[in-house]
Amino acid sequence: MNAHSGIPPRPSAASTPDGAPRPIRRIDPRWYQIAMLSGLLGYGVLGLGFGLGPLRIAATIGAALATQYLCTRLWRLPKFDPLSALISGIGLCTLLRTNTIAAAVFAATLAIASKFVLRVGGKHLYNPTNLALVMMLVAGVGWISPGQYGHVAFVALLMVCLGLTVVCKAGRSDVTLAFLGVYAAILFGRSLWLGEPLTIPVHRLQSGLLLQFAFNMISDPRTTPDSRLGRVLFGALVAAGAGIVQFVMFRPNGPVWSLAGCTLLVPLIDRVLPGLRHQWSPAAALSPPARRIVIPATAGAVSKGVVS
Amino acid sequence: MRCPFHSSFSLAACLMLAAALAPFPAHAFCGFYVASGDAKLFNHASQVVLVRDGDRTVLTMNSDFQGEPREFALVVPVPTVLEKGQVHVGDRAVVDHLDAFSAPRLVEYWDPDPCPMADNVGAMRLEAAAPVARMAAKQSMADLAKTRGVTIEARYTVGEYDILILSAKESNGLERWLTENGYRIPPGASPVLASYIKQGMKFFVAKVNLSEQKRLGFTYLRPLQVAFESPKFVLPIRLGMVNSDGAQEMYVYALTRKGRVETTNYRTVKLVTDRDVPEFVKSEFGDFYRDLFTTQVKREGMEVVFTEYAWDMGWCDPCASSPLSPEELKGLGVFWLDDANDPARGTNTPFLTRLHLRYDARHFPEDLVFQVTSDRANFQGRYVIRHEWTGGGDCPQARDYRAGLADRRSQEARTVAELTGWDLSRIRGKMNVAADWSRPEDRMKWWDRVWK
Repeated sequence: MNAHSGIPPRPSAASTPDGAPRPIRRIDPRWYQIAMLSGLLGYGVLGLGFGLGPLRIAATIGAALATQYLCTRLWRLPKFDPLSALISGIGLCTLLRTNTIAAAVFAATLAIASKFVLRVGGKHLYNPTNLALVMMLVAGVGWISPGQYGHVAFVALLMVCLGLTVVCKAGRSDVTLAFLGVYAAILFGRSLWLGEPLTIPVHRLQSGLLLQFAFNMISDPRTTPDSRLGRVLFGALVAAGAGIVQFVMFRPNGPVWSLAGCTLLVPLIDRVLPGLRHQWSPAAALSPPARRIVIPATAGAVSKGVVS
Repeated sequence: MRCPFHSSFSLAACLMLAAALAPFPAHAFCGFYVASGDAKLFNHASQVVLVRDGDRTVLTMNSDFQGEPREFALVVPVPTVLEKGQVHVGDRAVVDHLDAFSAPRLVEYWDPDPCPMADNVGAMRLEAAAPVARMAAKQSMADLAKTRGVTIEARYTVGEYDILILSAKESNGLERWLTENGYRIPPGASPVLASYIKQGMKFFVAKVNLSEQKRLGFTYLRPLQVAFESPKFVLPIRLGMVNSDGAQEMYVYALTRKGRVETTNYRTVKLVTDRDVPEFVKSEFGDFYRDLFTTQVKREGMEVVFTEYAWDMGWCDPCASSPLSPEELKGLGVFWLDDANDPARGTNTPFLTRLHLRYDARHFPEDLVFQVTSDRANFQGRYVIRHEWTGGGDCPQARDYRAGLADRRSQEARTVAELTGWDLSRIRGKMNVAADWSRPEDRMKWWDRVWK
């Protein structure tokens, strides 16, 4: 989901009681995300009978990690960072269903490779999981089950809590809240206009998949606009697009399709509303030259810049 | 053989606006039954066949309406105005056949002789499938419609049914028009009608034409079929729940070219399957299945849709009944059978999904929204009786086999209790679990065999 070919977090400076600076190690927020997604996967497999065998899970996650490793070597990145690939792999396990394990492996490979190949302005364009899902849906070899988590309030609550932890750590709760706010407004507004009981929009909002999307996919700090205003605008656009897919085109998985479409607007939003580029580590954001690498001439498909 | 499940639920009606009469429990489906008299309605379940490919849908609504035909009326929201050619009257026997073909099944195996010299292979026979759900003057009418803001978009007779396609500007007008024309609309239907009107839905209204029915010679109501093209893949169930005072039952049989069908706004789960059950279940399979389903519904908090069968219709294993013929499939509306095979669109052989749900307004507040997935994995609700070997034998394998039977019987009893909620001691009593099932040779001491 929030997958990034990122660089491991650096120790950030802090002061000791005697005033001398000393490095302390912050927990990379992606670990929270991994814990949350693993919990979801475990709940899905053990509690809801997702029908995912250990082999399928291992193959999907393994393919994501292997692709990350391979691309790290190909693009000559200084260090192999498995966290983002792990997030993409687990995310695909929870969302994507395929007839064969090979198709799941292909999706995971596609997701990770897209981060290295599809780059605009020095950052990868698509949330890897989102891109893989859309490609598999278009090819007709995979599907998403939007109702797979049911409407159990407990799960929704749990996901909100854990999801909030993640987005707060990543500093991207604005896009999530903008998306959820506008999407909820669309659902309630439409039901009020139609004279439907409000149990209907509430039922639609009580979707585990919607929350997973809001807290783990759209909030990807590496593929959302750099400025706060841009992110709020982006979240609102994705919500509006999801509403159009659901209530005008009458197709399932509105948020996923909408995010894929709206992502193309991110470079434009960044140009109009520029902001500070996100780095998983605050220290990294302050010292971009140290992270810059030179792209070899053979890697023509990749724009020069930080591959992180 | 009709299983007890049938009679107890008096299987039922389709997609209809079955709501109707306030004094009686209303059961129904996409729309509601409306009656023009105070006759009792006995439609407790609905059977719907959905044939879907791309944006094309053929919807078959099978009803077990058992009242007087003149009291039957049906109102179903549909996404488009339907011309006469889009409406058809189908064959109920084909729906029953589809039901029997996809019903959860009981399979029997016979244990082979455990002694090694025997070269027996466990025989298998499909014993019984539970066919669970077997399955005014025209001018004045038009004038009145105009004053009520109701437009009669089309009017025709198909088979024994008089059909009207209505559109309306506001629900009060539609409600009053229906009432004034002898359709009894349940109180509370107006807001639901209003939401469909605002979504641009039309209303398919059907009544039985008694003279046509007499002429055609049918004594029961045949299923109504409609074909339309719309991206909406929805079954409107809300109308049927207006004033409903209990849970309703619905079976959806979806035939697609691509793969399994599931609901997108409710969790779809597979029915518990492949469990070994004791022999007495054979004579009570209808009760067993009904109670199993009820238990599963409770376990899931009545918030899920169950998949009972998902299989490529090109084959079955074991087959609960003979496969449907191409003519029967065409009768159900499978319109692509004669198309040239297009690998990009998948095989022409339909993929059948059987969905089963029990629902009420509290747990199913919105209409059912479906999607066709590319999932072609086969699944069936299947329960197994393993008949024990009774041929004797005194080899070590036979003794081990018999020694293991007690545990096996106990496990089967627990399985049935867990699946159905039946009392364990009653099950054990029926199975005679506590009895001494050993043979004399099992009680021999080792030395008894030394000089035997």
